[in-house]
Amino acid sequence: MRQFFDDMHGTDGDIRAAYAEIATWLAQTPPDTLNAKREEAERLFRRIGITFAVYTEGGDTERLIPFDIIPRILDADEWAFLERGLKQRVNALNLFLADVYGAREIVRAGKLTNEQIDGHPAYCVQMQGVMPPGGVYTHVAGIDLVRTGVNDFYVLEDNCRTPSGVSYMLENRSVMMRLFPELFARIGVEPVARYPQDLLRTLQSVAPLADDEPCVVVLTPGQFNSAYYEHSFLADEMGVELVEGIDLVVREKKVYMRTTGGLKRVHVIYRRIDDDFLDPMVFRADSALGAFGLMEAYRAGNVALANAPGAGIADDKAIYMHVPEMIRFYLGEEPILNNVPTWDCANDGALAYVLDHLEELVVKEARGSGGYGMLVGPHSTKKTRDAFAKKLRENPSAYVAQPTLALSTCPTFVADGTAPRHVDLRPFVLSGADSVRIVPGGLTRVALSEGSLVVNSSQGGGTKDTWVLHTRQNGAK
Amino acid sequence: MMLARAAESLFWLARYMERMDNLARLIEAAQSMAGVLSETEEWRSALTAAGVDELYDTVYETVSPQSAALFLCTSPDNPSAIVSCLDLARVNARAMRGALTRDMWEAVNQGWMESRQLDASAFTAARLPETLDWVRTISTRFAGAYETTMLRNENYWFVRLGTFLERADNTARILDVKYHLLLPEESSGVGGMLDYYQWTSVLRAVSAVRAYQWVYREEVKPWNVAELLLLRPEMPRSLRASYDAITECLDRIAAMHGGQRGECHRIAGAVASQLRYGRIGDIFQSGLHEHLTEQIERAAELGDQIAAHYMR
Repeated sequence: MRQFFDDMHGTDGDIRAAYAEIATWLAQTPPDTLNAKREEAERLFRRIGITFAVYTEGGDTERLIPFDIIPRILDADEWAFLERGLKQRVNALNLFLADVYGAREIVRAGKLTNEQIDGHPAYCVQMQGVMPPGGVYTHVAGIDLVRTGVNDFYVLEDNCRTPSGVSYMLENRSVMMRLFPELFARIGVEPVARYPQDLLRTLQSVAPLADDEPCVVVLTPGQFNSAYYEHSFLADEMGVELVEGIDLVVREKKVYMRTTGGLKRVHVIYRRIDDDFLDPMVFRADSALGAFGLMEAYRAGNVALANAPGAGIADDKAIYMHVPEMIRFYLGEEPILNNVPTWDCANDGALAYVLDHLEELVVKEARGSGGYGMLVGPHSTKKTRDAFAKKLRENPSAYVAQPTLALSTCPTFVADGTAPRHVDLRPFVLSGADSVRIVPGGLTRVALSEGSLVVNSSQGGGTKDTWVLHTRQNGAK
Repeated sequence: MMLARAAESLFWLARYMERMDNLARLIEAAQSMAGVLSETEEWRSALTAAGVDELYDTVYETVSPQSAALFLCTSPDNPSAIVSCLDLARVNARAMRGALTRDMWEAVNQGWMESRQLDASAFTAARLPETLDWVRTISTRFAGAYETTMLRNENYWFVRLGTFLERADNTARILDVKYHLLLPEESSGVGGMLDYYQWTSVLRAVSAVRAYQWVYREEVKPWNVAELLLLRPEMPRSLRASYDAITECLDRIAAMHGGQRGECHRIAGAVASQLRYGRIGDIFQSGLHEHLTEQIERAAELGDQIAAHYMR
């Protein structure tokens, strides 16, 4: 039996200090009360309509992501450490992107080859030589972290394109504050509500020169997108317009939106559509989600796009293994956060190793996301491993492999009481022309079925509120 | 200045919520009057007022209270059924979720979620009143939500504009359907039991029975009913009150656009002053039906012109 680190009980079973109050509360609250609160939470989520779409199912396509009412807690020191590591990592990723689309110093230094960059599906040739305002490419990055021990945190994945989930972070907190005000009165929890203001300041910081206040908009593919709720939520929280491609026009390399008073200039687009759909003139010609001529306006410096086109090259799973090296190369610092050892199956030696050790490895598509098409070795059968090995041999460069990490668990409310379930953490890192901002915490995702290590909502994962404790935490007041 | 598509979504959101509310009143009136008058005639006129009588005939052969109520409330064959209005309202709300306040969204979304729980039994004669009460609770909650929580910016004035244009259209339709009951020449027997119920049914369809009493303090007379619903500014569902609100909305929006005005402002102003200075005797003289037909056409044209001016 494998020993997992538990956020509340550590490895020795003693309650860790950060969880002292919550443990007492859990012990004193009857299961019926907890259950009633859980049902109330679900009603609240339904009422505000925080749903996501599931494409593969028929009928009712709007579903709730399950929410667990037991918070996941980090103490102030743990968070300070993570925050430093996250800022360092995202700074390096932005410098990497500027280099990829600029001078390519990293190639000259022999760390990567031009082929690795130019041949990459997420490499955007139209971005070569384009310097976005402030040199920022990934304005909003979601860095997926896991914990394996009291001091061991790993970065599982970087998300540099259009990471989602921040609306859950915010709504989870507001639901928790409504359900358990007494807990917030007793325990000092860092607030997260300033995220939309931070996001707006970040976006404004990269605006091209404007006569008056720069006009920021959120660009959504529309209400049938799985993250539509988040798009409208963020636009509303920032107090900016939520636009679709049909609302935008480009005239003389400037972007405008159609308003009740005619065309109005747009300076910054927080786009929640993929690169391919941004501009039918440059990318997919059949796309109606973006705006014709948008890239011309962008290249002319008349509009900022967040995140920048082509930023995806930094979050690819095959590039991921080079991030520690990037940190040393661009910042001259040692990486604060660990990388998970990764085998790139494109490499013959690595492929042989992976095929020999399928039982203990997690194999993922280098370009995949959302937990689809991955093999979790320890949870697989001989039959699925054999089938996977065949796919691997046919197309090795499409896969990377990592050891199965002993993801930490966190007490979670399940059908028969409270039980440990595996969790991860996605903090959201905002990079502006002026500074890097992170609200304390992030989105904790939890694998709800016993023993499962897959936390993705598309694979039956749920979420928890994430609490970062104030610096001076001294128990009960 | 707001996003043109947002103005359109808010405008139609409000129209569908108002339409749903009017349907509920109309059905309620039909049901309560059907016991006194000819059932078939009462339900037929409700279908006509809702503008779906011809559609109904393609689905059913005869008019029965049960099938008419089902058709008006929930039939998938009827795109203007109460449940369809709520669906469309939510589609528009969701399309511009950020332009709504949370209270507005919750009013629409909660209603929509509850509507998904309804089965056919909710529309049987016995449970219909309770179901219609529920419909009115939703529209009232929505109206209350936007009045109490919306910023008084353009968004707000487009929501109100949708509400009152829809209301003007609906009230004109209800009056028009019943107009033959209101012809003074034929009402020599004022005070007759049957007439009383018929006129009362018109008032009931716009929830104005008590209002009539407060304004006129006499028995129900056809020209009073027509005046109340057309010309009285204090009657909240009258055309006069609706157009007063419409012109205010359009004036406010124009002011936010540096005073720029268009054909929609002209039409609204012309209709409003006609209602303000018109006399009910003159309207009857030149033909109530003709007058109402013109009102319905003007409302449609006004809707088109608003779209042309602000939503393209």
